Amino acid sequence: MAAFTLKINGQARQVDVDPNTPLLWAIRDGVGLTGTKYGCGVAQCGACTVYVDGQTVRSCSMPVSAIGTSEITTIEGLDSKEAKAVQAAWVALDVPQCGYCQSGQVMSATALLSLNPKPTDDDIDLAMNGNICRCATYVRIRAAIHGAAKSLEG
Amino acid sequence: MTVHDTKLSRRTLLKGGAGLVLGAYVARADKMFAQAAAKPQVNIAPNTFLIIKPDNTVTVLCKGIEFGQGPFTGMATLVAEELDADWAQMRADHAPSNPQLYKNLAFGMQGTGGSTAIANSYIQMRQVGAAARQMLVAAAADAWQVPASEITVENGVIKHASGHEGSFGQFAEKAMAMPVPTDPKLKDPSQFKLIGKEGAVKRLDSADKTNGKAFYTLDINEPDMLTVVVARSLKFGGKVASFDATAAKAVAGVVDVKQVSNGVAVYAKGFWPAKMGREALKITWDDSKAEKRGSAELLQQFRGLSKTAGKLVKAEGKFEESMAKGGRVIEVEYVFPYLAHAAMEPLNAYLKWDGDTAYARYGCQFPTPDHMAISKVLGLPIEKVKIDVVLAGGSFGRRAQQSTHQAIELAEVAKAIGPGKPVKLVWTREDDMRGGYYRPYAIHRMRGAVRDGKIEAWSDTIVSQSIMKGSFFESMMFKDGLDPTSYEGSNEIPYDVENFRCDMHQVDVGVPVLWWRSVGHTHTGYVVEAFVDELLEAAGKDPVEGRLALLSKKPRHAGVLKAVAELADWKNYKVPAGRARGVAVVESFNTFVAQVVELSMTDDGPKVHKVWCAVDCGVAVNPDIIRAQMEGGIGFGLGHILYAEQTLDAGAPVSGNFDTYRSLRINEMPEVEVVIVKSTEKPTGVGEPGVPPLGPAVANAMAKLGVGRPRQLPVVPGASA
Repeated sequence: MAAFTLKINGQARQVDVDPNTPLLWAIRDGVGLTGTKYGCGVAQCGACTVYVDGQTVRSCSMPVSAIGTSEITTIEGLDSKEAKAVQAAWVALDVPQCGYCQSGQVMSATALLSLNPKPTDDDIDLAMNGNICRCATYVRIRAAIHGAAKSLEG
Repeated sequence: MTVHDTKLSRRTLLKGGAGLVLGAYVARADKMFAQAAAKPQVNIAPNTFLIIKPDNTVTVLCKGIEFGQGPFTGMATLVAEELDADWAQMRADHAPSNPQLYKNLAFGMQGTGGSTAIANSYIQMRQVGAAARQMLVAAAADAWQVPASEITVENGVIKHASGHEGSFGQFAEKAMAMPVPTDPKLKDPSQFKLIGKEGAVKRLDSADKTNGKAFYTLDINEPDMLTVVVARSLKFGGKVASFDATAAKAVAGVVDVKQVSNGVAVYAKGFWPAKMGREALKITWDDSKAEKRGSAELLQQFRGLSKTAGKLVKAEGKFEESMAKGGRVIEVEYVFPYLAHAAMEPLNAYLKWDGDTAYARYGCQFPTPDHMAISKVLGLPIEKVKIDVVLAGGSFGRRAQQSTHQAIELAEVAKAIGPGKPVKLVWTREDDMRGGYYRPYAIHRMRGAVRDGKIEAWSDTIVSQSIMKGSFFESMMFKDGLDPTSYEGSNEIPYDVENFRCDMHQVDVGVPVLWWRSVGHTHTGYVVEAFVDELLEAAGKDPVEGRLALLSKKPRHAGVLKAVAELADWKNYKVPAGRARGVAVVESFNTFVAQVVELSMTDDGPKVHKVWCAVDCGVAVNPDIIRAQMEGGIGFGLGHILYAEQTLDAGAPVSGNFDTYRSLRINEMPEVEVVIVKSTEKPTGVGEPGVPPLGPAVANAMAKLGVGRPRQLPVVPGASA
């Protein structure tokens, strides 16, 4: 066990865990933020997507000891204009079904729009194909990303 | 939204604060279990289904579980329609386990499945809304001293011409003291404002499922709770011979290690130490009674059987005589792999047991049998056990466990460590994927004859494993010793074929199997629709026209087929070079779905560009949810048809995660266009019926493209390890 101070959603949070503990479990069991989900544990499904210094990271596969002083953002801490546009578009189109993967989907979609305000379908495929949705809400995810991009224009 | 409101406990909700008082747990639980199956009467008491609070919100307690298919929104729509509520005041949450109050009218027990949520609640939940409206009006009439007949209710506002106006919240407490009307009058469908109206309602759970607030079993974190993972045999039927927990107990955070009937349980403060502790266990397994056959051996056995006649399921005309007359005779074999459900949230459950009472909380799909299983393991009377249902991250059938294996394991791990220690049992992805309860392995051997452009003979010999054998469903559901969910769809084809036969070999394999989104239709839909297409091709008929000519007794099949042909412009559409289209129509769970698929071939197998879909599910309660379920069913069907397979190596499942059990991803998802066929028939389900036609439509498009119909699934071999 070792103590780590995580900078998460703008706050400093202490966790006392084994250094090899994946960031995901430090966030969920240590900090107590549960919006970030466990789906596979091997960086295959994207349900655990968070930002580390603004970059999307599969938190299930990054040890907490590798974080250092990096800033972590989870779904609970999303507040950019892109995030708000994505979430509004998700609700407008009733994208979620079971909803379990959607935190990760929203994180990836928000990151995409932050880098690329007008993504093409190919851009969306590239940015989103690391996020599995077993309910296959993909048609609406695609439409909602285009919708969010449109709402951010002007 | 109430779905994430964990501060407001169930008990608080049921007490209802100053609002409507509920008595869900008041009834004697043991009695209600005995009566649940015996008494068919329908509970419509508003005080068991609705929480109307002083803040004027109306929360509908949903009998079934919400794991994506939309019953929260569906039940709230039915209630709000008859209640004349304002949609903005509607909320939904899960009803607790109580089979008398909340039984599925299609099952006689509380449970979700078979695409029955709307079908079994359509009248009941409208009656709940209508009864509540009548009671609220009576309360207002009494308060205002005016005749009830002069009171109107619109958009959640109760009014009288004298100028009186009130809200539901204002009159709820008084209203619920009123007698419940026995036969509340329902609206004529022409008066509907919500049911079937485009855009009239939005899903109640979208916002919380977009901002991380939606609350699932994995999110439960109670004081002193221990996270538990169980080491189980890699082979089905394997048992613990001996184990050494010394190293496991030395892992920081591990609290204890105990043997349970299914393996060895590791208890820890959090998931990661539990998993590390499990990895440090040294276990010797006794696999003497375990299933040890691999996929190759099963294929050989099933294939051999398929070449012999099985137990007759249905025969019409004279099949063998007709075949002997010759013509164009076709015999083909179709092989279907084991499939994991692989819902996004692996199995998990929470239980707090203090020695005298137990409280379970999880994404429970079959509360009634689970409730009984937990009671039995803990040696508690039924009424000392409570189950609250929470959102689940998908199921596709996996959480509908007639074996109650997860409830038993949950109660066992709680019992093993002793009272007063709340446990959260968590399955890893690998546990979930290698844990069995798969869509059964199946082979169909199809034989048919075409003469003079007509399909004269058809037979289907099925080899598969029963889903219900050994469970409480066996005595209720088996027909002549056979499991109908193995042959449903194959025994009664919609097409006019004079000489017909369907027979089956029901094989025992030591691999646990389960319903998997659309159950038998996952394979019977494929073979029937691929085979009729192949026979029509031999007969020189167009796939749509040819089917329609054979659907004289099946107007709803014909209806969706015509609708999809029109949507896809089947006759005049110019298919782009290098692409082809295929069609299929399947009835499942009394819902009719036809799909047209357009695809091309790539180095990575078929690329499906677009799917056109027509659905007839009777009265369409929530059109947008119906479309969403068709879209999702298409994607779910496509991913498995193309890529998914669980193989067995000497009895042990090979794929443990999504790296080897390939799931459909966004770049593989086709464009989807859905038309809902207008109908006044009673509503039927949509959770499963979108799946079955997709596979055969892909196969038929591949045949049209000249690469043939895949005879063994998945289509892309080696996609899974």
